Amino acid sequence: MKGEEAMRDGERSVLDEFQRGAPATFNDAFETLFRLHQRTVYGWLLRIVRNPAAAEDLTVETFWRIYRAHARFEPARGFEAWARTIATHAALDWLRTQRPETELPMDVAAPRASDPAISAEIRSKTEAAFSRLPPKLRIAAVLAVVEELPHKEVAAALGISVTAVKVRVFRALRLLRRDLQQQGITP
Amino acid sequence: MNAKEEDRMKKLLKNALAPVGEAGTERDLWPSMLQRLDARPAAVPWFDWALAGGLAVFAVVFPASIPVFLYYL
Repeated sequence: MKGEEAMRDGERSVLDEFQRGAPATFNDAFETLFRLHQRTVYGWLLRIVRNPAAAEDLTVETFWRIYRAHARFEPARGFEAWARTIATHAALDWLRTQRPETELPMDVAAPRASDPAISAEIRSKTEAAFSRLPPKLRIAAVLAVVEELPHKEVAAALGISVTAVKVRVFRALRLLRRDLQQQGITP
Repeated sequence: MNAKEEDRMKKLLKNALAPVGEAGTERDLWPSMLQRLDARPAAVPWFDWALAGGLAVFAVVFPASIPVFLYYL
């Protein structure tokens, strides 16, 4: 218990130094925050982009944006939530530059509990149709439906309301359904 | 799309894309971060500056050409 409190106090002082941006201590504070949070930020990005190499590049990009925006950091919000929002926007920018139907690396996801009623063909067509969705809808759907994260958490990361998340998820599913129907699949 | 169809689509999506979960990288990304911090912003080549200067002079000497340039932008 005492150890946890000491760690929290330690991180709080690092965050103060980071926010203050004093030249003597800023770089050390930034390195400490990077080392503390790189795994979490990477994990979050991997959930969105589903590509380990891209997630690594985007982790660096996220911390680069954090480095430049340190003065806008609000301690009340917490570093992790702030970093997650910045990471989500970096991922969104990356998704916008990607061509649809880029094959996802096979080793990203845990082995899926596949439903025998859903054929491999339908699965691959669903995956391809999903890659054609607008990036904003893809992020909401992948976090809320695939990763099953609470809508509140997704909303905070995207900087939108919970209702807007629900709308985006619904629109994503509706577009996905329409795309599959056009390919002759009746979901 | 009704609630049943929505559930069906969710099931399809979850089958197509399995959750990644709490994965973390084993690699220390700090060296890449340092490289990024040390990288200087790309310098503008001298030719671009000369071109911009030439255009500015041209626009001052022939102001009537400005709308033509704007049209072709």
